[in-house]
Amino acid sequence: MTQPFYVSPEQIMKDRADFARKGIGRGRSVVVVQYADGIVFVAENPSQALHKVGEIYDRIAFAAVGRYNEFENLRIAGVRLADLRGYSYDRRDVTGRALANAYAQTLGTIFSAAGEKPYEVELFVGEVADEPEHDEIYRLTYDGSAADVDGFGVMGGQIEQVDAYLKDNYTPGLPLDAAIRLAVTALGRDTDPAREIASEQLEIGILSRARPQPRKFKRLTDAEVAAALS
Amino acid sequence: MTGRSTSGGALPDGTRLMGISSFADFLASSAPDQMPGAAQKLAGATPEIAPHGTTIVSATFDGGVVMAGDRRATMGNIIANRDMQKVYPSDEFSVVGIAGTAGLAIELVRLFQVELEHYEKIEGTELSIDGKANRLAALIRGNLGLAMQGLAVVPLFAGFDRVAERGRIFSYDVTGGRYEEHEYHSVGSGSVYARGALKKLFSPGMTEGDCVTAAIQALYDAADDDSATGGPDLTRRIFPVVYSVSADGHRRLDDAEVGAIADTVIGGRLQRPDGPQAPLG
Repeated sequence: MTQPFYVSPEQIMKDRADFARKGIGRGRSVVVVQYADGIVFVAENPSQALHKVGEIYDRIAFAAVGRYNEFENLRIAGVRLADLRGYSYDRRDVTGRALANAYAQTLGTIFSAAGEKPYEVELFVGEVADEPEHDEIYRLTYDGSAADVDGFGVMGGQIEQVDAYLKDNYTPGLPLDAAIRLAVTALGRDTDPAREIASEQLEIGILSRARPQPRKFKRLTDAEVAAALS
Repeated sequence: MTGRSTSGGALPDGTRLMGISSFADFLASSAPDQMPGAAQKLAGATPEIAPHGTTIVSATFDGGVVMAGDRRATMGNIIANRDMQKVYPSDEFSVVGIAGTAGLAIELVRLFQVELEHYEKIEGTELSIDGKANRLAALIRGNLGLAMQGLAVVPLFAGFDRVAERGRIFSYDVTGGRYEEHEYHSVGSGSVYARGALKKLFSPGMTEGDCVTAAIQALYDAADDDSATGGPDLTRRIFPVVYSVSADGHRRLDDAEVGAIADTVIGGRLQRPDGPQAPLG
């Protein structure tokens, strides 16, 4: 009788992480940038219907890379959690921090569960505040680790080149149009030579404290994206 | 954190089920104790134990719909509240007014607001106005047990139909029956008088301003003959809550705007206490 091979826990975790990372690296990048009036999420997404950027609550939005069915599942769970919390307590009691924590716990549990394959996703959770210095952006990875994002962030696809461009060119307090142009140029740096991304290939959502409505999230239309880029 | 959770702080189990776009259905399965009207099988409840809201009127105009509500809540012969809000926006293009048991009605409106926003966020598209009206009917039906004991909630729903490009009004009964009203409608204890007034004052294709004046005249008539409906409170400057919904979304008329119209209405009533006279022929 043959004995099953012994595989060390380190190896199991490394294999799982490699598996998840490979899935995430396959797609295009998503960039988040803080601008003067809030937070802008920019994704390269030819689909008009399958969104990578979405609204969660009044001041909270979400962007994701990786497998669509998995991050859509997390987005809907986040909307339910936020709506339940806001309904049970008050709208002000729904925070990005609590949501990021719930995502981290869930992704971490799935990553280390023996029977489940790890989720091949990474998420940004952004929350806009009344003052720019209190805006918050969290980055959640497939293994449940959470990190603060300061100023700008990129996930999925060819991170190094996009991140390098943002690092060299980002300045705090950019107006919205400039922040969008910066993010789109950065997204095009994932190939050599750099690409130009057409405006209809872009999905852009903003969390803007300048909006008078309680719901601060807005998805930009194709015309608004084209105007920002011209 | 409410909802049943497996590990501390993670997404509760029910949140990751697919295929439900309704917040009310999700709430009923994940946190049934938080449904409005849960946990009550009161024996012999009577309407006097809780404040009641009274009269709501709504009328269409060219390009939208107006809804107005008086500010009084009563508990038997007591005025429980004199500046209560009974008309609320339910989403960008619709408003809901409530008559009946105030506590249950306010909770129902809150649930309805979350219900519409929840659907919009999950599906990425707004519900049709008929879809919204049907969801409200289902929520009211859930309150039938309490309604039978005298704690009824009867809303009036109005919104701008973005397909047909006109204002529409829906009324309900306590069993969740949904009826589309044409031109104008009123609910609550003073609704009989308000509707009579609107019958004489309404004309198709009115302007928004005329429509608001007609609604305030109708509320004045309701307050004139129904003790549970509050008239304009001149000493405290408390006026009806008025919302207008059009292609641009909903808008609450501010106190200065409503106050000016109320002052004109009262000015007219000083000359003729029964209000404007309709021609006979």
